[in-house]
Amino acid sequence: MSNKKRKNLSPVQQQYQDFAKAREPKIPIYKNCLKAFLVGGIICTIGQCLNWFFMTFFNFNEKTAGNPTVAVLIFISILLTGLGVYDHISQWAGAGTAVPVTGFANTIASAAIEHKSEGFVLGVGGNMFKIAGPVIVYGVFSAFVVAMVNVIIKWLGGM
Amino acid sequence: MSLEKFIWSFIIGGLICVIGQILMDGFKLTPAHTMCTLVVSGAILGGLGWYDPLVKFAGAGATVPICSFGNQLVKGALQEAETTGIIGVLTGIFEVTSAGISAAIIFGFLAALIFRPKG
Repeated sequence: MSNKKRKNLSPVQQQYQDFAKAREPKIPIYKNCLKAFLVGGIICTIGQCLNWFFMTFFNFNEKTAGNPTVAVLIFISILLTGLGVYDHISQWAGAGTAVPVTGFANTIASAAIEHKSEGFVLGVGGNMFKIAGPVIVYGVFSAFVVAMVNVIIKWLGGM
Repeated sequence: MSLEKFIWSFIIGGLICVIGQILMDGFKLTPAHTMCTLVVSGAILGGLGWYDPLVKFAGAGATVPICSFGNQLVKGALQEAETTGIIGVLTGIFEVTSAGISAAIIFGFLAALIFRPKG
């Protein structure tokens, strides 16, 4: 808690803050990082295998193989989410499953399944992008800004 | 393709996930905030032209994590801007990422049709 906020609290409240802080469960950050590294690495290696598969057996090159790979990974992760397996893996792996595209797909599928009881239009359709929505919004907006800056720099350089 | 690429994709992909874990545990961000941060940084790296060398080097280790989503958005916008001018930034932004987003929406909806919520 920041010092500025702390000043507004009464002594008893401050005491309580210290008391609560001392009893917060410590996050085993090194262990979590190791787990994230292992699981994230394995998911990316599976992606690399799919990449290799699409390049060897279908007519994809190194640049275009990324798209079908991502689509297959999304399919697998949504299937695992539906079967209820993904939640168990992600609880163990933390960011290892959240950072790859599989985590993005998992948030969409789990939100869609969870809100099924509210109906298909407002429940499934409305809540599908509850967590994935911000990612798309910030991704698109930042990409827009970056692309505009790039275009303007090129345009100024060409003058 | 050599075995080396598989090892590098494991290492780079793992390291990006470690960055995500540090953002979640060290900076106490929610998974959604972490994903947004990574996507924005991917877009910036893409704009600087530093992401593509990483993809060439690590393969799926760089394309599977969510930061590649930001990179691909920038890439699509810039590619289209080259051919059609400044309006291409708007029309091309989803050009490359279309597969990922469409797949996620379609399979996600199918999953909602088939599966029941657990617990």
